[in-house]
Amino acid sequence: MKLKSQALTGSDAFRANREAHLALLATAREAAEAVLAGGGPRAMERHVSRGKMPPRERVANLLDPGSPFLEIGVTAAHGMYDGDAPGAGVIAGIGRVHGQDVMVVANDATVKGGTYYPMTVKKHLRAQEIAEQCHLPCVYLVDSGGANLPNQDEVFPDRDHFGRIFFNQAQMSAKGIPQIAVVMGSCTAGGAYVPAMSDVTIIVRNQGTIFLAGPPLVKAATGEVVTAEDLGGGDVHTRLSGVADYLAEDDAHALAQARRAIANLNRRMPETVVWQSPEAPAYDPEDILGVVPADLRTPYDIREVIARVVDGSRFDEFKARFGETLITGFAHIEGCPVGIVANNGVLFSEAAQKGAHFIELCSQRGTPLIFLQNITGFMVGRKYENEGIARHGAKMVTAVATTSVPKITMLVGGSFGAGNYGMSGRAYSPRFLWTWPNSRISVMGGEQAAGVLATVRRDGIERKGGTWSPEEEAEFKRPTIEMFDRQSHPLYASARLWDDGIVDPRKTRDVLALSLRASLNAPIAPTRFGVFRM
Amino acid sequence: MFHKILIANRGEIACRVIDSCRRMGVATVAVYSDADRGARHVAMADEAVHLGGAAPADSYLKGDAIIAAARATGAQAIHPGYGFLSENPGFVDAVEAAGLVFIGPSARAIRAMGLKDAAKKLMEEAGVPVVPGYHGADQDPTHLAAEAGRIGYPVLIKAVAGGGGKGMRRVDDLKDFADALASAQSEARNAFGNPDVLIEKYVLQPRHIEVQVFGDGHRAVHLFERDCSLQRRHQKVIEEAPAPGMTPEIRKVMGAAAVRAAEAIGYKGAGTIEFIVDGTGGLRADGFWFMEMNTRLQVEHPVTEAITGVDLVEWQLRVASGEPLPARQEDLQIHGHAFEARLYAEDVPAGFLPATGTLAHLQFPEVARIETGVRQGDTISPWYDPMIAKIVTHAPTRAIALRALESALVDAEVAGSVTNLDFLIALTRHEGFRAGEVDTGLIGRDLDDLVAAAEPDPRTRALAVVGLAGLHDPRVRGGATLWQPLRRTIAWEGGEAVLEVLGSGAARVTLDGQPHEVRWQGDRWWVDAALRRNRIVSHDAGVSVFGGRTVHLTPLDPLARDTGAAGGDALTLSPMPGLVKSVHVEAGQAVKAGDRLAVLEAMKMEHSLTAARDGVVAEVLAAAGDQVEAGAPLIRLEEEEPA
Repeated sequence: MKLKSQALTGSDAFRANREAHLALLATAREAAEAVLAGGGPRAMERHVSRGKMPPRERVANLLDPGSPFLEIGVTAAHGMYDGDAPGAGVIAGIGRVHGQDVMVVANDATVKGGTYYPMTVKKHLRAQEIAEQCHLPCVYLVDSGGANLPNQDEVFPDRDHFGRIFFNQAQMSAKGIPQIAVVMGSCTAGGAYVPAMSDVTIIVRNQGTIFLAGPPLVKAATGEVVTAEDLGGGDVHTRLSGVADYLAEDDAHALAQARRAIANLNRRMPETVVWQSPEAPAYDPEDILGVVPADLRTPYDIREVIARVVDGSRFDEFKARFGETLITGFAHIEGCPVGIVANNGVLFSEAAQKGAHFIELCSQRGTPLIFLQNITGFMVGRKYENEGIARHGAKMVTAVATTSVPKITMLVGGSFGAGNYGMSGRAYSPRFLWTWPNSRISVMGGEQAAGVLATVRRDGIERKGGTWSPEEEAEFKRPTIEMFDRQSHPLYASARLWDDGIVDPRKTRDVLALSLRASLNAPIAPTRFGVFRM
Repeated sequence: MFHKILIANRGEIACRVIDSCRRMGVATVAVYSDADRGARHVAMADEAVHLGGAAPADSYLKGDAIIAAARATGAQAIHPGYGFLSENPGFVDAVEAAGLVFIGPSARAIRAMGLKDAAKKLMEEAGVPVVPGYHGADQDPTHLAAEAGRIGYPVLIKAVAGGGGKGMRRVDDLKDFADALASAQSEARNAFGNPDVLIEKYVLQPRHIEVQVFGDGHRAVHLFERDCSLQRRHQKVIEEAPAPGMTPEIRKVMGAAAVRAAEAIGYKGAGTIEFIVDGTGGLRADGFWFMEMNTRLQVEHPVTEAITGVDLVEWQLRVASGEPLPARQEDLQIHGHAFEARLYAEDVPAGFLPATGTLAHLQFPEVARIETGVRQGDTISPWYDPMIAKIVTHAPTRAIALRALESALVDAEVAGSVTNLDFLIALTRHEGFRAGEVDTGLIGRDLDDLVAAAEPDPRTRALAVVGLAGLHDPRVRGGATLWQPLRRTIAWEGGEAVLEVLGSGAARVTLDGQPHEVRWQGDRWWVDAALRRNRIVSHDAGVSVFGGRTVHLTPLDPLARDTGAAGGDALTLSPMPGLVKSVHVEAGQAVKAGDRLAVLEAMKMEHSLTAARDGVVAEVLAAAGDQVEAGAPLIRLEEEEPA
């Protein structure tokens, strides 16, 4: 059934919302665009003067000319490492090569020589995780000095550190997910294993190098004096060592070879869902900015967003009259059938049961799930605890955790507390998790957190017979509120890869469609749920 | 009526004749050369006979072979088309001697019109006006001046033995005559050793108007005139019928003269009387003069067919098979106006040089009559006239017919060879031509502007880049990104551009530092917010943008790079342990890439070792009989000079 928007596009509220969203968007855009410049004009100039293509152009020239590029972690490491690692020094995302979706991971050598900061590792691993879940061939455009030495303790030893990259390559290769490396610069030490562990490796003559130890270390260790090219250049590796398979004359040639390698993969998307002809929403996605209140505390009908995201604004709402604070229903996005789970207020027991029911339905049918998350949490209070809201919430969390249909989560507002779990937060491994610039994420609201701490404090003071003035309490609460405010900001979250990136709300449909398509490169396994607490 | 005829021609005219034959139920025999084995006219005909090599002398000019083909296939008559053997009286005699019918005039009529001076004399006797002049032997200056006065100024003094403009003077007034004559005579004496001159009327703003005649050997009718003034170096470019500015009175006078001319030689079949016409100040009954007669069907006959409704090929067959003239003069009428444009494979900016190529894409609008001998995938070879098609439009008025021609040309799509299409479009937009102010000097005068107006502009180029990127395919128009569009390079033979896909059906193309926004909206392309009538077509030879100012881009194969041999390509190494069986080069010898340098015997096999690149052998490091290890250097080439 076609949704009918109640929005008044000419109203003051609409205009005010739009202004506020545009301001938030401008902040996010500024952060994103700063990353697009890589390590800055001087580093870029040096890079290009060596005959190298700027890293982003490498990605662009690898992909089909009209390919979308669903970039992940654009603002990773934002505000971290004194701003030394824009985008964490690596570009990652999904694009198309000869129509085949691929995951591209490209080192940005203009950022500290492409060395791996902790967030670089995390972003690289996240890209591999997506590739593994979605069965996306990986193309590594390698140009990196290896681990960032000052940060070696956070880069090298742990499970999800540098070594995991090669572990993932081996695992993916074992699953038949192609691994292709294009060596366009340094691949030193551990980095040497990216090309070495790949199924197919291309190297650029007089530019790409692969060795376990570079010329300075060799000289220190054995006294042997050797040039980088003779030690591990393209000629050596394609002629003598066999570490690389194809020799390219320059970046453009290497990328063409990579495209050819992908053309020869002999893959196609598995049959999963029944696609329909795509149809634009009946309502303009542009108006999302006006219909969604800028203030998270102002309630609004999430159907206004759904109407601006799904094909023809058609939405088959499931259990519309039950558990009304959770909206569930079927729709199509760019022709792909989806089940939508969206918050329309705080979660009650009925809403949680409805959510669990709906997820079961989608799992049985193999229908991908979209979570539009705007949740302050499950309802609290005696009545609700006593009726077993934790039990009902657990049902929903179990369903979310164990369904094997692709889940894609979009944070369109608040993401607080256990609501985050029930609505497929990061810990529930949605295939993708995106966030709007107006979103907020924390264990609870800053006010609430400060209130909890203040209550404990007041109890302590009063137990000792002391008094606590409202001014003192406000002063006590302020740093907590400020901390929560800072840490719940989407740029703070995105910088740490708690999500895959900030999304312009108007592009929600595009991003969901691309996420769905990427996800459907993998077959959908039958679901086996855990025990539901009945 | 014949039941089968042979067409001794190729290309569009052969196809044209077959079309009419098919309508009349006459079977057709095509002939073809080696180059035309798969040609359209061969495919269209009921039978086809191979003549010989590609050169016309080995095929389409081999009268004996053609007559033999006609007899072998049982054809009763031969249609010669135009060109080749169409005005060769010897061939006509041979055809008739073989007991076949030549679809055209008698050998006598062809001969009568073949000699220009004799033809003029013949016409003068028949009362057809010829260009006034003096060709006499009396070279006395006073006499010559008197003759000039009789002819009427302006006149042209020409060396009798002349050529190349030497000894030629235009004189506008009696007072200048003596000086001009003296200098012309002296120049003629110096250049040709003969000071004799002739004097002719100098025709100002000459127009080329010709009258289509048709005779049955006794009587003749005319099918009105055609104006063929739009010429480039005597090559007709666009023809029309009727002639602009023609009045019924003058048409009657010219037509009557043409009929007189045809009847004077007992003309049979389709012919054309060409006149030179004074184009100053409107057409006059005393302002046209006989030039020559073409004793064949003309290339531009379709415009006459369009305005008269007559199928001239049908008439040719009927008259040749013995029927009387199919119509009386009073039965013939003009309906509306028609144009024909000649589409050629030629390089306009390079000076209209004939071009060749394989037509990777060929499509014409259905609104125009198209006469063509080629199909998509056919080749324009260097052996014959590089005409691709004639595009003919017909409408109630000249203005509409010309607009229709422009539109048909804009909608025509030819890729695989350069063409004069855009030049033709520019011509249809020429203001003078639009106004009907035509003369044979028009193209020459405005050539630079016409050529410039046909050259591709950057915005059309931007569209071609979008095509090269494949973004004109509706399935591809996408390119969504989270923040900024990706910038990528699109390269083709001879250039490159930066492409940013801005969204579905929208892109920014930066060419020579200049950005252009291309958008697909409302089923049309827009460039820099201007609506374009262009179409982007991809085909085997790359991408073309049609619709005026055609752009073709040929993609580069990014993989076609010479990575050279592995490692230093100066050294040829032994690929495995073995015995050097033989060495084929010595120091100082120049070798080409792929040349055999030595033979190694190993693993019971002989392995040829070849040069990795062109070069000069610096050193031979092994001799026949040597046992060598894997990786042993065998031959060293001299280092290459850095480029």
